[in-house]
Amino acid sequence: MRLLRRDPLACREVVELVTDYLEGSMSRGERRRFEAHLADCPHCTGYLAQMRATIRLTGRLEPADLTAEMRDDLGELFRRLRDEER
Amino acid sequence: MTPRRADSAAAAEAELVARLRAGDEAAFVELAARHQAAMLRLASAFVPSPAVAEEVVQDTWVAVLRGIDRFEGRASFKTWLLAILVNRAKSTGMSEARNVPIGDVGSAVDPSRFDAGGAWSSPPRHWVEESEDRLMARGLRGRLEATLRRLPPRQRAIVILRDIDGLDSDEVCRVLDISAGNQRVLLHRARSRLRQALEEFIDA
Repeated sequence: MRLLRRDPLACREVVELVTDYLEGSMSRGERRRFEAHLADCPHCTGYLAQMRATIRLTGRLEPADLTAEMRDDLGELFRRLRDEER
Repeated sequence: MTPRRADSAAAAEAELVARLRAGDEAAFVELAARHQAAMLRLASAFVPSPAVAEEVVQDTWVAVLRGIDRFEGRASFKTWLLAILVNRAKSTGMSEARNVPIGDVGSAVDPSRFDAGGAWSSPPRHWVEESEDRLMARGLRGRLEATLRRLPPRQRAIVILRDIDGLDSDEVCRVLDISAGNQRVLLHRARSRLRQALEEFIDA
């Protein structure tokens, strides 16, 4: 509801809206108000860039590949269950 | 991933699922190989130890092998698989209440960094020139992993699913059985904590 107010967003509010902005879940009016703040505020623009970098960098935490031993275990599990069903 | 590559990956997966239904062991091992590591990581968000996470993953594969005929293909195989995993992990794992960290007031940034009018008094330092490769090699990877491990279970699960496994928000809501609004709030808290860790790493 706060967003319906006309006065500009404070930085403290902007940092709480970053995810709504990135998720595309803002109304057009909300998005305009958010972008108007960014246009005047290098700090919040930097903050948004850090958030985007965080998402990219988190995406690089890929899980490790499967070991040969784990593959063998999975094959064994498959055969055990198949044999149980017979 | 480009749409075309995503399409062909989905087609390859659908083919593996069809072969699994027909009882093909190699297809099962291939499917498991694709998802096992992501499953272990996701299960770890809900259970107290890696050993228990492995059990949950194993139980999930048993459920998948016994229930593959009930997979209707309305959701992707991965969404179906991960929803089974999360159900099992939750019923095996500790209660959610035990894991809520003390002092998580829910603000994205420490309130003392703003002045009385809500403008930055201690703004984030501007982006450094260092490449992301170099940051990761210099120890950021470990820092992000550690921060991820300290997040409450659902926040951790959401970041894993969205930002590491690449699911979209609808798929995450289905896997975790939460609303879109709830997903967004928890994603916001989790990413805000990770950003804070990134900022501290860069400033150190």
